[in-house]
Amino acid sequence: MNILFANALWGRITLDAFPHELIVAGAGIGMVLGAIGVAAGLTYFKRWKWLWREWITSLDPKKIGVMYLFVATLMLLRGVVDAFMMRAQQAVSVGANHGFLNSDHFQQIFSAHGTIMIFFVAMGFMFGLLNLVVPLMIGNRDVAFPFLNSTSFWLYAAGAVLINLSLVLGKFAATGWLAYPPLSELRYSPGVGVDYWIWSLQIAGVGSLLSGINFLVTILKMRTKGMSLMKMPIFLWSVLGSMTLVIFAFPILTVTLALLALDRSAGMHFFTSDMGGNPMMYINLIWAWGHPEVYILILPAFGVFSEVVATFSRKRLFGYTSMVWAIWAIVFLSFVVWLHHFFTMGAGADVNAFFGIMTMVIAVPTGVKIFNWLFTMYRGRILFATPMLWFLGFVATFTVGGVAGVLMAVPPADFQLHNSLFLVAHFHTMIIGGVLFGYFAGVNYWFPKVFGFKLNEFLGKCAFWCWIVGFLLAFVPLYILGLMGATRRLDHYDASMGWQQLFIVAAVGVVFVLAGIGFQLLQLVYSIWKRKDNLDTTGDPWNARTLEWSTTSPPPYYNFAVLPEVTERDPFWAEKQSGRPAAKPVYKDFLLPKNSGAGVIIAGFAFCFGFAVIWHILWLGIVGLVGVILAVIIHLSNDDTEYVVTAAEIARVESGRKQVA
Amino acid sequence: MSKSADAILPKPTTLATLERLEHESAPEVAAKNTFGFWVYLMTDCVLFAALFATYAVLHNNVNGGAGGRDLFSLPYVLGETLILLTSSFTCGLAMLAAHRGEVKKVVAWVDVTVLLGLAFLAMELTEFMRLVHEGNGWQASGFLSSYFTLVGTHGLHITIGLLWMIVMLVRVMKRGLTGSSMRRLTMLSMFWHFLDIVWIFIFTVVYLLGAAR
Repeated sequence: MNILFANALWGRITLDAFPHELIVAGAGIGMVLGAIGVAAGLTYFKRWKWLWREWITSLDPKKIGVMYLFVATLMLLRGVVDAFMMRAQQAVSVGANHGFLNSDHFQQIFSAHGTIMIFFVAMGFMFGLLNLVVPLMIGNRDVAFPFLNSTSFWLYAAGAVLINLSLVLGKFAATGWLAYPPLSELRYSPGVGVDYWIWSLQIAGVGSLLSGINFLVTILKMRTKGMSLMKMPIFLWSVLGSMTLVIFAFPILTVTLALLALDRSAGMHFFTSDMGGNPMMYINLIWAWGHPEVYILILPAFGVFSEVVATFSRKRLFGYTSMVWAIWAIVFLSFVVWLHHFFTMGAGADVNAFFGIMTMVIAVPTGVKIFNWLFTMYRGRILFATPMLWFLGFVATFTVGGVAGVLMAVPPADFQLHNSLFLVAHFHTMIIGGVLFGYFAGVNYWFPKVFGFKLNEFLGKCAFWCWIVGFLLAFVPLYILGLMGATRRLDHYDASMGWQQLFIVAAVGVVFVLAGIGFQLLQLVYSIWKRKDNLDTTGDPWNARTLEWSTTSPPPYYNFAVLPEVTERDPFWAEKQSGRPAAKPVYKDFLLPKNSGAGVIIAGFAFCFGFAVIWHILWLGIVGLVGVILAVIIHLSNDDTEYVVTAAEIARVESGRKQVA
Repeated sequence: MSKSADAILPKPTTLATLERLEHESAPEVAAKNTFGFWVYLMTDCVLFAALFATYAVLHNNVNGGAGGRDLFSLPYVLGETLILLTSSFTCGLAMLAAHRGEVKKVVAWVDVTVLLGLAFLAMELTEFMRLVHEGNGWQASGFLSSYFTLVGTHGLHITIGLLWMIVMLVRVMKRGLTGSSMRRLTMLSMFWHFLDIVWIFIFTVVYLLGAAR
C-alpha cells in the first residue's frame, strides 16, 4: 500500500535518481547552491516584487530580449563546460588511460552539449536579438502579439530549466543531440534521459514556433509608414526569411518529438525496429526540421552582418536586391537538402545525386552574400570596432566551413566523411564562425542601444582574438583527425592511431575559447562598472543608418514618441545627411499592453506537465495540463489588457530624456 | 513603468477609443489578428502534413495484423463526415448572425455546432474503442499507431475547438458581440472550417483509399 502510494505521488523518482558520480553531483550541487544564492540575494535586497513587476511579467520586448540573452548566456557557459570536458577526456583517454569520464557520462555530455548549444544558446541569442531590435527597426512600439511573446520566452526558459534539472534528478539522454531511434526507443534507453530530451525540446520548441508566427506578423503587418518591403533593412529581410522557415519547420519537430514520445510512453510503433515501425522515417523527419533549423539560425546572423558591415564601412550595403533574392533562395533551397545528412542511408544513387546537387547549389546564394559584403567594404572607410572584427572573423571561417560543406555534398566523399570529426569540424565552423560570431557582433553592436552605454572596446577585442585563435586551434585539428579516420563521439582510442597530439591541440584551443568567454564576461562587468565613461548620449554611437538609432539609448519604454515616417532605405542616415532640423513633434495618446503574469504561469504548468510525463506522475500531469488550459482561458477572458499612454505623459518623459542628453 | 498613465485611464479599451489614438485602427487590429491566425493555421497544416506523410509511409506496415480494408466501415465514416460538414455549415450560419449582430441566433447556432461536434467526437471515440476491443489498438502495428495518431490528432483539435466554442458562448452571452468577441468568433470559425478540410483529407486518404485497397 505504501509503495503504491509512493508510486502515485512520486512516479518513478527514487533516491537512485539523485546523482552518485562525483562530477555530476558537483555540477548538480553547484547549480542548486547557485539557485539558493540568487533566491537568498533577492530576498535580502527585497527585490522579489521588483523582479516580478519589472521583468517576469513585462511584455516589453526590450526586457524580454534581455532575459533571452541572460538565459542564453547561462546556457552557453553550461555548453562550453561540456565541450571542455569532452576535449579534455579525448586529450588524455589513450591506451591504458581511460580518462576521467566513463562512457555513459561522456555520452550524456555530448548529447547535452549539442542540444543545449542549438536549442538554448543559438535560439536564445537569436530570439533575444530579435526582441531587442525588430520592433525598433520597423519603427514601432511592440511586436504583433506581446502576450504571446512573453509566453514564448517563458516556454523557452521552462525548457532550459527542465534540461538542466537532469543534472540533479535522473540522467540525461545518452543518444546524441538528435536521439536517433531505435537507440532512443524504450527498449534500448529505458531511463528518463530521452524523456528529458523530448520534453525540454518540445516545450521550448512550441515557444519557438509561437515566436516565429509573432515576428512574421510583426514584420509583415507593423512596419511604420512608408517602409515598403524593399525599403526594409536587410536584417528584417533575413528575420522574415528565418521566421518563414520556423513556421514551416518547427511543426515537423513538434510531430517528430510527439511520435517518439508516443512510442516511448504509449507503446506505439513509429520508429521501433519491429512491429511495423520505421526508424529511418525518424531520421527523415528530424532532418526535415533540422536542416532548415541551420538556416533559421544563420539567416538572422547574416542580417546582423549586413547591418554591421554597412555601418562600419560608412557605405550603403552593396547589392541590396540581390541580398533579398539570396535570402529567399536560401529559404527555398534549405527545404530540399535534408537528405545530405544521411547519404549513407542507402536511398540510392539518383536520390543522393539530387540532394547532393541541391546542396552544392545552396552555396551560390550564400556566395552572393559574401561577395556583397566584400563589395560593401570596398572603398569604404572601415572602422575596426568589435562588431566589425567579429564580421571579419566570420568571413574567413565561414568561407572555409562552407567549402568543407560543399566537399561533403559530394555523396561518395560523404560516405568517407560521414560521422567523422571532419563533419564535426565543418558544422562547428558554420555554427561558431557563422551563427555565434554573428550574434556576438549583434550583441556588441546593439548593446549601447539597449542599455545606454557602450561595451568596452579593448576587452571586446581581447575576447574576439581569444575566440578566433581558440576556435581555429580547436577545430583545424578536427578536420585533420576526421581525414585520418577519427569518428565523432569517441571517449577512448588506441595510442597506435597517432591522434593524441592533435586532440591535445584541440583541447588547448578550448582553453583559448574559455579565455575568450572570460574576457566577454569581464567586458560586461567592467563596462557596467565604468558605464559613466561610456554613456551613449546621442542614441547613435556608431553613426549608423537604420531607425533604431534615431531614438535615445536606451529607448523610452514606448520606443518612439512619434512613430517615424520612412521614404528611403537607410532612413536615419538620409535624415542625418539632409541636415534638416527635426520638426517639432506633436504627441498623441497611444496604447501599450499591460504587464501580464499569465505567460510565466502557462509555462510553469507546461513545465509541470513535461516533468510529470518524464517521471510518470499522473496527478502532476493532470495538474499541468488542466493548468495550462485554465490559464489560457482566464487570460483570454480579460479584455482589459492595454493602457493608454497620454500625450502629457509622453511630453513629461521626453523632456526628462532631453535633459539627460 | 508609467504607472501614472495607468492610473489616468484604466478603463477597458473600446473600438471607439482605439480610433482616437495614434495607433492601429480597429480594422488594422482585426487584420493583424486574423492574419496571425492564418499563419498559425498554416503551421497546423504542416503539422498534419507531417502526420499524413507518416501515415503514408507506415500504412502497409500491418505487422501481420489487420489493415484498413478489414477495419474501416465506410458508411459509418460517411456518417461522421456528414455530421462534421453540417457543423461547419451551422458554424457559418452563426458567423452570418454575428455579422448582423443577432446575439440569440449566434448562441443558438453555436449550440447546434457544439452538439454536432460532440456527436462527431462520440462516433470517433466509439470507433476507436471498437478497434481497441477487437485487439487492433495503437500498439498492434506501425499502421495502427499512425492511424490512431493522425485521426486522434484531428479529434484532439475538435476537442479544443469545442472547448473554445463553449468559452465563446459564455463570452457572447455575458458581454455581447464586442469587437474582440467578433475577432475571436472569426478565428474560431476559421479553425473549425480548417478542421473540416483536414477531415476531408483524412476521409479520402485514410478511409476511402484504405477501404479500396
